[in-house]
Amino acid sequence: MEVRPILSAMARNKVGAILVAVQMAVTLAILCNALFIIQQRLALSERPSGTDEANIFAISNQWVGHPENLPSLVQTDLTLLRSLPGVVDAYVTNSYPLTNSGWGDGADLKPDQKTSTAHMARYFADEHSINTLGLKLIAGRNFTAAEIGEKNVRDSPLPVALIVTRALANELFPAGNALGQSIYTSGNKTQPAPIIGIVDRLQVPWVADVSWAKDWTENSVLEPARFVMKESYYLVRTQPGQLQSVMRESQQQLFQAHGARVLDKVEPLSDARREIYRDDRGLAVILAVVCAVLLAITAFGIVGLTSYWVAQRRRQIGIRRALGATRANIVRYFQTENLMIAAAGATAGVALAVAVNLWMVSSFEMQRLHSIYAIVGAVVVLLLGQAAVLWPALRAASIPPALATRSA
Amino acid sequence: MSGYYLALALRSLKRNVVLTTLMIAAIGVGIGASMTTLTVFRAMSADPIPQKSSQLFVPQIDNWGPIDHLGQSDDKLEDQIDYIDAMAFMNAHAAPHQAASYAVTFALTPADTQLKPFKAEGRATYTDFFSMFDVPFQYGGPWSAADDQGRVPVVVISHELNEKLFAGANSVGRTINLDNEDYRVIGVMRHWEPMPRFYDLTNDPFSKSAQVFLPFTRAIDRQMASWGNTNCSKRADSGWDGLLRSNCIWIQYWVELPDAAAADGYRRWLNNYALEQTRSGRFQWPAYTKLRDVRAWLRYQHVVSNEASILVLVSFSFLFVCLLNAMGLMLAKFMGRAADIGVRRALGANRREILMQCLIEAGVVGLAGGLLGLALTGLGLLGLRSLLSKEALELTHLDLPGVGIALVLAVSAAVIAGLYPTWRAAQVQPAWQLKAQ
Repeated sequence: MEVRPILSAMARNKVGAILVAVQMAVTLAILCNALFIIQQRLALSERPSGTDEANIFAISNQWVGHPENLPSLVQTDLTLLRSLPGVVDAYVTNSYPLTNSGWGDGADLKPDQKTSTAHMARYFADEHSINTLGLKLIAGRNFTAAEIGEKNVRDSPLPVALIVTRALANELFPAGNALGQSIYTSGNKTQPAPIIGIVDRLQVPWVADVSWAKDWTENSVLEPARFVMKESYYLVRTQPGQLQSVMRESQQQLFQAHGARVLDKVEPLSDARREIYRDDRGLAVILAVVCAVLLAITAFGIVGLTSYWVAQRRRQIGIRRALGATRANIVRYFQTENLMIAAAGATAGVALAVAVNLWMVSSFEMQRLHSIYAIVGAVVVLLLGQAAVLWPALRAASIPPALATRSA
Repeated sequence: MSGYYLALALRSLKRNVVLTTLMIAAIGVGIGASMTTLTVFRAMSADPIPQKSSQLFVPQIDNWGPIDHLGQSDDKLEDQIDYIDAMAFMNAHAAPHQAASYAVTFALTPADTQLKPFKAEGRATYTDFFSMFDVPFQYGGPWSAADDQGRVPVVVISHELNEKLFAGANSVGRTINLDNEDYRVIGVMRHWEPMPRFYDLTNDPFSKSAQVFLPFTRAIDRQMASWGNTNCSKRADSGWDGLLRSNCIWIQYWVELPDAAAADGYRRWLNNYALEQTRSGRFQWPAYTKLRDVRAWLRYQHVVSNEASILVLVSFSFLFVCLLNAMGLMLAKFMGRAADIGVRRALGANRREILMQCLIEAGVVGLAGGLLGLALTGLGLLGLRSLLSKEALELTHLDLPGVGIALVLAVSAAVIAGLYPTWRAAQVQPAWQLKAQ
């Protein structure tokens, strides 16, 4: 293709060409960083919690005042919940995944460690917990009823046995021999507890992008204690399809059993997931909209400027046609011209994209941009330029050769 | 003269509707996107108490020593303090006003037995809290220092809670039932919702203020557990006394210091206090303290979310693209009119007049783009409300300064984008153009 005449024509119209190139470069930089962020946020919000979310709901229970017989009230509630038609199982605890609120702890291998070997979320649990959450026990055994202590205002019982997640087991014992080993938890330096079971997966409550737990989102430990406190959560798993009806029924029944309480929040885990990832998904949607509008604006800008160039060069185009250039030649001229501008823009754009990403890595704890996004972005921008230039180019091709013979 | 230019500008814009529409759309969309995100960003980074933000300070003290732990801030200090330090600070009265506080929650049983008990969020603090933070009162006022001393069961309630429980009537002297104990209402606040909620940034800095305020001493007496974050570097002894004796941090602490001299004085006092702790053996590490005012505190706590910053960055780059776009189109437009400009120059218009004419045309485009941008900002904020979490809703209001910023930004952006095309237009040689005709 005749590159030289294009270059010399561009040299006479430098600013226009530079404007388009810079526009494409910035478009590309925004595009690939935005796509990268979108992909990351969607991936973040789709990580499994390890539980049977579709069939589980949580009841936040707060007693009015400080009832004397709290252990028996909790036991009554649990018996009631487990006996409701449609309920698979239930237990009481301090926290659950997808809530952003819970208890963090360090796990030590030796009694005199300065820094913990691993970090983890503490969930209080009983022999019903694995069944309620729908966890997969991949090694060892569940708690027995005899092992369950009672966590109340005055006492934090030292756990006699622990169930950990696979991720936590691997971090503590990379050799893969976690089962049967003992660890020290919650600053307790005196008496270690044995790991009696390993579950495949159970997320910690903190799942936000920049949360303190971002490096250990699957390090959880189940401690065998009934959580008998003023505020606690009942987790209930239902038969498929019965979640809504059991949610209604259970609230009524609980109030009937004991009226002086507040059920502040009763929510399915699927709602908790939607709520906790709302900002992540929102950001992804906003960025997607911005990208779409950005591409449209850039495309229209190219259409506008190229149309202007075509209008400016009507006479020259007519002369070329009169001298024997075919319509295809004319179209190809504008396509090549745009390709050259877009290629320059894309090269600058990739460099800009990487620079922006590096800056975001240092100021927003973002990850490094994967090169695939730069490639995809560059291809999109090049194709966009070609598509946008097509209409003005076709208009240019329709200029009749006779135009050359007329005076302006 | 400029009236004539305005007429010329409108006529010229009408002549090429497609180009004009594209330019206005480009600027409008750019302004809409950047103003939407800027509105959220401005709200997030707003000064919640502008009249006093340089007089209110948070003292920080290193009570854990040089250990590494998760969620640690850049300077390895903690963002809350333990009970021992809170009490020492309060008893020292080293500042004119000071208040320790922490979040609590109650089951509130309404007098109307038709209503179920509900959860009320509260804050246990001292009387200085209200004067320090300029809390506005509708009825009554804060409790007294003597009430603090006497651990008296009194409460200040929020405007919203007063509406709910007492239908907005003056409820001073009436009682509310918190966890089976009666508390006498001593004051009713007007609507008070500082955003961000600077006095307690743990958990969500954009969550609502408490509904019930009660004396700190009373809350400690009744062993009310913190509803915020409690962090310990080592295991606390069991029970309530164990928590009070521990180094667990769960208390927010603010002081009011009227001027720089007072702030320096407090800084010295704070450091001496820490030195004393090291000398007495409670700390086995050197004294390390900091004192930050409201704005420094908000920055330190990273109140503006990464999402907001990323969106502002993206949308202003987007505005930049839109401007390049408008610039290219304006260049096309003005150069397309080279012949007209040649005639005007030949008829006696000088370069300055051509410049004026083109800049006014750019300004008109900018104004139209700005108005379109405002409409799009409204839409954008509605969109954000449906996409982002509830806590952020409070932030998405376009205020008068926001409208001003949008219009100024749009017009100046359009004029800046029009500068080069205008300069090029003014360079048109009349003789050349007339010859080409």
